[in-house]
Amino acid sequence: MYRLAIFASIVLAGPTLVVAQSPSDSCTKCHLALESEKAGPAQKFATDVHHDVGLSCADCHGGDPHEESMEAMSPAKGFRGAPKKPQIPQFCARCHSDTTFMHRFDPRVRVDQLSQYLTSVHGKRLKQGDTKVAACVDCHGVHDILRVSDTRSPVYPMNVATTCAHCHADAEHMKGYGIPTDQVENYEKSVHAQMLAQGDTSAPTCTTCHGNHGATPPGVRSVVNVCGTCHVFFEQLFNNSPHRPVFAAMGLPGCVQCHSNHAVVKPSDDWVGTGPNSVCMGCHAEGDKGFEASRKIAGDLAKLQTELARAGETLSTAEHSGMEVSTPKVGLTNANEALVKARVNVHTFNEADVRKFTDQGVEISQKAYQAGVAALHERDARRKGLGVSLIFIVLTISGLYLKIRLMESRPSPSSGPQASGE
Amino acid sequence: MNDANQAAYGQTDPGRRWVNLLLGSGLVASIATFLYPAIRYIIPTEVAESTSRSVVAAKVTELKLNTGKIFKFGSKPALLIHSVAGDWKAFSAVCTHLNCTVQYRADRHDIWCACHNGVYDLSGRNVSGPPPRPLEEFEAHVQGEDVVVTRNA
Amino acid sequence: MPNLYRHILAWLDERFGTGSVEEFLRHKTVPQHRHSIWYFFGGMTLFLFVVQVLTGILLLLYYRPTPNDAYESVQYIVTQVRFGWLIRSVHSWSANLMVFTAFVHMFSVYFLKAYRKPRELTWITGMLLLFITMGFGFSGYLLPWNTLAFFATKVGTEMAGAVPFVGKWMLTFLRGGEEVTGATLTRFFGFHIAVLPGLATTLLAIHLLLVQHLGMSVPPGVERAIAEGREQARSMPFFPNFLLRDIIGWYAALGVLGALAAIFPWELGAKADPFTSAPAGIRPEWYFLFMFQALKLLPPKILFLEGEFAGLLGFSLAAAVWVVVPFLDHRAGFGRVTRFFTGLGVFVLGFMGVMSLLALR
Repeated sequence: MYRLAIFASIVLAGPTLVVAQSPSDSCTKCHLALESEKAGPAQKFATDVHHDVGLSCADCHGGDPHEESMEAMSPAKGFRGAPKKPQIPQFCARCHSDTTFMHRFDPRVRVDQLSQYLTSVHGKRLKQGDTKVAACVDCHGVHDILRVSDTRSPVYPMNVATTCAHCHADAEHMKGYGIPTDQVENYEKSVHAQMLAQGDTSAPTCTTCHGNHGATPPGVRSVVNVCGTCHVFFEQLFNNSPHRPVFAAMGLPGCVQCHSNHAVVKPSDDWVGTGPNSVCMGCHAEGDKGFEASRKIAGDLAKLQTELARAGETLSTAEHSGMEVSTPKVGLTNANEALVKARVNVHTFNEADVRKFTDQGVEISQKAYQAGVAALHERDARRKGLGVSLIFIVLTISGLYLKIRLMESRPSPSSGPQASGE
Repeated sequence: MNDANQAAYGQTDPGRRWVNLLLGSGLVASIATFLYPAIRYIIPTEVAESTSRSVVAAKVTELKLNTGKIFKFGSKPALLIHSVAGDWKAFSAVCTHLNCTVQYRADRHDIWCACHNGVYDLSGRNVSGPPPRPLEEFEAHVQGEDVVVTRNA
Repeated sequence: MPNLYRHILAWLDERFGTGSVEEFLRHKTVPQHRHSIWYFFGGMTLFLFVVQVLTGILLLLYYRPTPNDAYESVQYIVTQVRFGWLIRSVHSWSANLMVFTAFVHMFSVYFLKAYRKPRELTWITGMLLLFITMGFGFSGYLLPWNTLAFFATKVGTEMAGAVPFVGKWMLTFLRGGEEVTGATLTRFFGFHIAVLPGLATTLLAIHLLLVQHLGMSVPPGVERAIAEGREQARSMPFFPNFLLRDIIGWYAALGVLGALAAIFPWELGAKADPFTSAPAGIRPEWYFLFMFQALKLLPPKILFLEGEFAGLLGFSLAAAVWVVVPFLDHRAGFGRVTRFFTGLGVFVLGFMGVMSLLALR
C-alpha cells in the first residue's frame, strides 16, 4: 500500500523529479570509475532510502546528470556540491521541510525536523559555529540513509543509544562541554535498556526523554513530566504528595532524585526504610516525620513479603506433595497484586495509603497459608493411612514367615525341604 | 491348607493356631486397606469432571451489555466481557506486566490494570502503559443459557 | 467347612478337570540351591504386571486421551478423585519397578544359562515380553501429555526416522502424522491399553506354560556338583512353600509401592505446549538412558552411515543376537559354560550401567 503510494506520487510528480538509474545518469557513471574516495557515495547510494523512492544524486547535489562531460558539475547547471557542516541542516531541509514536496512520498511524514533542530542544543551550537555537534548526517548517516523503521538504521530504537554514545561517551570529543560521558553506560544498566534489549521497541531510549531532533535535557523542573508521560500513576501520586512543593523549593528534580536519571534500575523494597540502602535517609534523619513514615512503610512491606513467602512456600510444599491447592493459589495472586499496589502507593509517602494495601495482602496471604496448612494435614493423613496399611502388610508378612517355618519344621512327605531324586 | 491332616494338626497345636490367626487377620486387614482406596476411587466425586479446558464462566442473563466479570479458569483468574456490540469475549485476567488482575472499564470500553495503569483494547492488545504483551485470549461462546469459555488448543 | 470346600472342588473337578491342576501343583517343585533367590524375580515381575493391569483399569475410568483433556484429566485424577493420587503414583512406580525386575530376571536367566536347551522358546518369549514392557513404558510415558513426556516422545520417535528408506514411514506410523500431536496421543493410548496388553497376555501365557511344562532350570554349576556328588539335589514344593515365599515378596513390594506413592508422589509437571522450545535436560525414562546416551556419543558419520542410524542398527543387531543367544551358545546345552558368553553378558551389563551413569551426570 505504502509503496504503491510512493510509486503513484513519483509518477504524478512528473518533470520536477529526475528519475534515478536513468540511462543518462552521468554522476554514477563517472564516479564509480573514480578512486575509492570519490566512488564511495555512488556505491553506497544504491541502498539509500532516497534511491529507493527514485531520487538521484542531482536531486540533492544539483547539476545535470544528462551532461556527459564535467560541464554536468558546473554551477551554471545548478550544481551545489557537498554542503559544509553548518549548511547540512538547511541542505536536507530543502526537501524535508517542504510539506508539499514531502507529502508526495508519504502523507503522514513530519516536516518539522529543522525547526526542532534549531531549538536543540546541537542546533544552537552549530549556529554558533561549533562543528563538533551532531547535524542530520551524524545520526542518520549519509548516502546510505535507511528508514527509521529499518532495523539496520542507526536511529532504529535498538540502535539509538549506540549512535548517541558515538559522541557522548567519547571523553575526548566531549572535552570542554562540561557534561558527563557515562550516560549510555548508566543507561545500559537500566530497566529501560533491559526491556529494549528484550525486543520491546516501545521501551524508552535516549531520544524518548530527550527528544530526537529537538534534543535538549529535560531539566530539573520538567523531569516529572518526562517520566510521567509513561508512568502516569506515579506522576499523579508524586504531584499530590508533600514532596512535590518541597522538592520544587529546594530545586531538586523529582523522580530521578531517588531513581537516578540514566541508571534507572529495578527498585527494591529496601530503598524505603531506615537501612543503608534507603533513599529516604539522604534527607530524613531519626526524629523527623519522614523517618517515622519511612520506617513504617518499610515495616508494612516487609510484613506482607514475609506472609506472602510463608504462604507461597506452604502452598508449593503442598502442591509438590500432590495436593490440590489451585484455589488458594489464585488467592495468593491477589496478595501479590496487593503488594504491587502497595509499592505503587509508596509514592504517596503516606504510610496509611501503603498500609491499606499491605493489610489487604496480609489477610489474603494468611488465608492462603491456612489453606496450605490444611492441605499438609491432609497429606499427613495420607501418610498415616499408609502407616496403617504398612502395619497390616508387616503383620501378614510375619504371619507368612511363621507359617512357612512351622510348615517346614514338620517332617512330612508332601512338604518341607527334601531330597529329590531328579 | 487343602489338607485334612494339616487342618487337624492346626487345631491341636496352639502355636499353629496363633500363626493362622495372625496370618488370617493380617491378610483380611491388609486386603481391606487395598480395597478401600480402590472403592473410594471408583465412587464419583462432587466435581464431576475435569474442567480446566472449558468452563461455564457465567449465565447469559448474568452480564448486562458493557460489563465484565472475573472468573476462575484453571488456577488463574480470567475476564469475561459482554461488549457494547453484544458479543462475548474472554481473556486471561493476568496482566502481562506484573501479574495483577485486570478489569473491564465500562466508561472507556477497554481493559485496565489498576496497578500501573496498563490498558488493553477489546482484542487484548496492550495499547498503553507498561504491559509488554497482549493478554491471552480465550474462546467464549453461548451454549443455551451458559457462556462457555474454552482455552484455544 | 472343609466338607463344603471338598464338595465345591469335586463339583468343579467334574466340569473343568481341576483335579489335574491340583495334581500338577502337588508335584510341581522348585529346585533349591545357592542361586534360588533369582527364581523370585519372574514371579515378582508377574505380580507387578497384575498391579499394572489393575491400577491401569482404574485410571481408565477417568483418563481421556485427547490433547485437550489428557493433562487435565490426569490432574483431575491426582487432585479431585479420592485416592486418585495413590492409584496414579502406584501405576507409575510399579511400572518402573516392573521394568527393573524384568531386567533382573532377564540377566539372572542369562548368567545362570537357564536359556539353554530345551528352554530356548521360554527365553525368546521372555525377551519379547521385555521389549513389550519397554513399549509399555514408552507409550505410557506420553499419556499424561506433559512437557517432559512430549519432548521425550518427540526425540524418541525421531530416532525411527533415522532409518533409511522406511524411516519416514515408521516415523509417520508411530506419530500418526508428521509431528507429535493429538494423533500420536490416541495412537499411543491404543498401543498402551489394547495392542500391547493383548500381545503381552498371549506371550505371557506361552511363557508361563513353558515354565510349567519344562520346570525350573538348574544352573550348570549346580547340576555338575550334583552329578559329581558334591552337592545333594534339593527341592521345595511350589505349593504352598514356594508360593508363600513369593507372596511375602509381593506383599513387601506392595508396601514399598504404597510408601513411594505417599512419600514421593509421581509428579505431573507442566502441560505440554508444542510451541514452546524444548526444556533443558529432557531425558527419556531411565531404562532408555543407555541407548539415549550411546546415540548421543556417536559421531555424526560412521563410515558411509549416519551416526544415529549406525547406532540404531547396532542396537537392533545386538538385540537380535541377544534373542537368539540360546542357539548361538549351544555348548550350554550340554551343561558347559562358555566364557565368551558370560563375558558378553558382563560387557552388556557394564555398558548399560556406564552409559546410564554418563547420561545422569
